[in-house]
Amino acid sequence: MIKESTLLAEQAVFREIVAAGDYFMKVVKKGQTFRILDLAGNQAADTLFYNADDPSERYSAVDTIREQGNVYLTAGTKLLSNESNPMLEIVADTCGRHDTLGGACATESNTVRYSLDKKCMHACRDSWMLAVAENEQFGMSKRDITHNINFFMNVPVTREGGLTFEDGISAPGKYVEMKAFMDTIVLISNCPQLNNPCNGYDPTPVEVLIWD
Amino acid sequence: MNEKKQINTDQRAAEAGTVLYEDRLSGGCHWSMIMRKGTSLRIIDEQGGANVGMLFYNPVNMLERYNAPDTLKCQHTFKLTKGNCLYSDMGRIFCSIVEDSVGWHETVCGNTTKKVVNDKWGEKTYQEFHNEWSQNGYTSFLVELAKYGLGKKDMAANLNLFSAVGVDDEGNLQYLEGNSQAGDSIELRFEMDTLVLLHTCPHPLSTAEEYPHKAVSYQIIQAAPVSDDDYCLNHREENRRGFKNNEIFHLGGNSQAGGCCHD
Repeated sequence: MIKESTLLAEQAVFREIVAAGDYFMKVVKKGQTFRILDLAGNQAADTLFYNADDPSERYSAVDTIREQGNVYLTAGTKLLSNESNPMLEIVADTCGRHDTLGGACATESNTVRYSLDKKCMHACRDSWMLAVAENEQFGMSKRDITHNINFFMNVPVTREGGLTFEDGISAPGKYVEMKAFMDTIVLISNCPQLNNPCNGYDPTPVEVLIWD
Repeated sequence: MNEKKQINTDQRAAEAGTVLYEDRLSGGCHWSMIMRKGTSLRIIDEQGGANVGMLFYNPVNMLERYNAPDTLKCQHTFKLTKGNCLYSDMGRIFCSIVEDSVGWHETVCGNTTKKVVNDKWGEKTYQEFHNEWSQNGYTSFLVELAKYGLGKKDMAANLNLFSAVGVDDEGNLQYLEGNSQAGDSIELRFEMDTLVLLHTCPHPLSTAEEYPHKAVSYQIIQAAPVSDDDYCLNHREENRRGFKNNEIFHLGGNSQAGGCCHD
């Protein structure tokens, strides 16, 4: 569902551009709203969420899908934790559909999907490994890296049970915005994938904005 | 245990198809076991309408675990059936679905929780109901995980064998009634040593009026070696690369079960 935001970028309390291949890890406070802006279009922002007070409570794709009875995420979706608590709600979305089935790219899954000789190419999971290593204050490890949201990615399921990877439906300037129900660690890998046409083989920056 | 003796190719070929062990699990129960490379786990739905929640871990590195998104995207599928391989997050294949009379197993709906069970069917405590208590999938996995030093952080999206959900053009989920009939079965051939956690708690979208206690029986079978014309190996070119990753993992001998580098 397309729903535009009324928030103004110049009133944001925080803005940061995240280059492709980098990670973003920051606590968004309860009641704050944050936006991921697809600056150049068709970029994938692979995103995980954790309860900042207890990161063992985290975004759960299966609980979110099951409880809303729909596999796609858009405005109105409540993002649920593994304890079935609402962590955030998508309050604006100019893209209309986001994926949470396809997971993130990893060097190892790249060998299966593309070719064994791709094994050292940069991947989202490596960004997350670095994120948990460089942010010891959160006490997280690989155990915490679970099934993510792919904002701006279009992965339709067919009635016959197929999974297809379609051209992105995002475009320059499209965004998704979420309001936090709890203090939430936001962990984004701005996807560096060079083997998948979903980003036109050209990973591009996204911007993160936060409002009080 | 002598692993080298366990994985003897000639012996395995000679004994392919031999049922090494069989047992059953009542409905609403949980269990775990190590499956060895080169053996198959055949699970049979005794009455129809069973649900088997399942998770996999690598016994030599518990941080390697079943990864539903990788399994789906590597094979461009939403449903799982014969020919599909079930992948770890490290690009390896825990097991291949070598036989399946059901046709569709799902891996995106997670588990029942205590709240879901109580809301749907009413609470049945152990104190009052003993073996007929209504257990849920989430705490069932927590119990089995804890046996290996694992916890809720290690609980990935699980398989729900024998259960299916369809998706319409708008993405709406539809629980498919009557997906599995009495006598239906699935056979998983293990391509590496694997810790298997499983429960027989109801599917979280079950529409049954009463808590469904659906038993399954299972057999551990000596599998035939994977031949070059193997159905799962050739089902998709991705699977061939997955098998190659397993081959690299096993170079120079067989995996050494027993150790664990989990923190």
